[in-house]
Amino acid sequence: MALTVELALQLLQIGMVVAIAPLIMGITRKVRARLLRRRGPPLVQPYLDLWKLMHKEVVVAPNASWVYRRAPYVVFAATWVAAGLVPTYATGLLFSWSADLIAVIALLGTARFALALAGMDVGTAFGGLGSSREMMIASLAEPAMLLISFAVALIAGTTQLSAIAALFSTGDVGVRVSLGLALLALIVVGIAENARIPIDNPATHLELTMVHEAMILEYSGRHLAMIEAAAQLKLVLYFSLVACLFAPFGMAVGGDQSALALGIGIVTFLGKLAVFAVLLPIAETTVAKMRVFRYPAFVGSAFAAAALAVFLRFVSRGF
Amino acid sequence: MSPLWFDIAHLFAAGVLVLSLMLLYQDRITAVINVFALQAVVLSLSVGWQSIVQGAPHLLATAFIALIAKGIIIPTALHRIVRKLDVHREVERVVSGGLTMLAGLALVALSILLVQPVVETADPVAREDFAFALAVVLLGLLLMITRRNAVTQVVGFMSLENGLILAATGARGMPLVVEVSVAFSVLIAFIVFGVFVFRIRERFDTVDVNVLERFRGERREHL
Repeated sequence: MALTVELALQLLQIGMVVAIAPLIMGITRKVRARLLRRRGPPLVQPYLDLWKLMHKEVVVAPNASWVYRRAPYVVFAATWVAAGLVPTYATGLLFSWSADLIAVIALLGTARFALALAGMDVGTAFGGLGSSREMMIASLAEPAMLLISFAVALIAGTTQLSAIAALFSTGDVGVRVSLGLALLALIVVGIAENARIPIDNPATHLELTMVHEAMILEYSGRHLAMIEAAAQLKLVLYFSLVACLFAPFGMAVGGDQSALALGIGIVTFLGKLAVFAVLLPIAETTVAKMRVFRYPAFVGSAFAAAALAVFLRFVSRGF
Repeated sequence: MSPLWFDIAHLFAAGVLVLSLMLLYQDRITAVINVFALQAVVLSLSVGWQSIVQGAPHLLATAFIALIAKGIIIPTALHRIVRKLDVHREVERVVSGGLTMLAGLALVALSILLVQPVVETADPVAREDFAFALAVVLLGLLLMITRRNAVTQVVGFMSLENGLILAATGARGMPLVVEVSVAFSVLIAFIVFGVFVFRIRERFDTVDVNVLERFRGERREHL
């Protein structure tokens, strides 16, 4: 009986992230459009887009191999697993032992690998260009992401997200410069990984600036729907990662599975996501898209901040 | 000392260090000056907090001097100089942003590794103040080495001096006379620098110090 409840709670989390992901994307688009003094699409537009794409015919280039057909599902599955593992409304769920920060990074790396392969598979110039740029960004963002996880793990004593969130939500950690720097680095990495504005414009179709869009240019129909859904899930994943590491208030901690605690957890989680979804486009509209050659400096600053976070942790507590 | 006090001291001291790294990252002169002013403000906060923690009122005077001289007077004067020299729109070519940052991080790691065993027995605040101070001094030197603009080099020198003050607050019993004389000599140095920068400008029509190398007999390819 207890196992059934725990399984149900875990499945609720896994189902919830995939169900609200298009809505979160819809909020960011709406806010962005309003800030640009446009009306913007309705909030449910991403759901309608996915529905439409699922029912459209798939057009595949004649020289596409099996990699091209399988990649969207691999990307979606890996991203969904990663997003379902990050603690959202409660810690200590059934699968939380596997919700390791490094495992989440590895899952995202797998998804990126599959997508980059698919981008190069058809052999068009755009796909290769997009894959090459995506790999350049990844080679900068991934070390920074690992250093962030080290900085957090050194403070919390574990890389398990659920345990970290439970520790941080008690407030025993105090004021930590390392955590502030790690948050800064995580935001920069999140922007780079989610192809948001200073790095990449998700709404662009200008070939000079495309990164993510260039890779998926050949995709259509349900394949495209899978990739779009994965991109939305990835945004939710980074939002919930920030919420779980740096704003874990409201979460149902320590196996407290009463309906009240879980209800508070779900409501605060959705509230946090909504706040992030409003803040992101506000930040995006204040900056201009960067040149490709400026990426190393921008993402490198995340690496520097994360490395500094690790160093400062050593100074304050000794080796 | 309660952990929260220690944490706040840590926060301010680390803030000075982070701003030092930010100085390395900036490539516009006005941004460099603004970050420098911010660093002076954070430094004065850090020193002020130390004066409360240590119960040493003379440190408050140090904090005040740092705030007035380096947070307000010198940045304002630097802004005026930059405007007069008409270089405030220039984007400085840094040696290489990423490389400089990596070198800066290596220096931070080096100074932490150096200071850690030396003052192992000292109390944690003094220990980390020394580590951060050494790092800030080294980063100031790095800024002076990697930049070609004379004004940025002056900022590098001033931020190096911020590191010295940070070290001085960690060591208890630094007399106020020393503080005042250091602050005074920095102001004098700043005036000398100002005159010097204008002389370079008059003579060579630029504040790029690479031009000076021609007169040392070291001709470079990219001139």
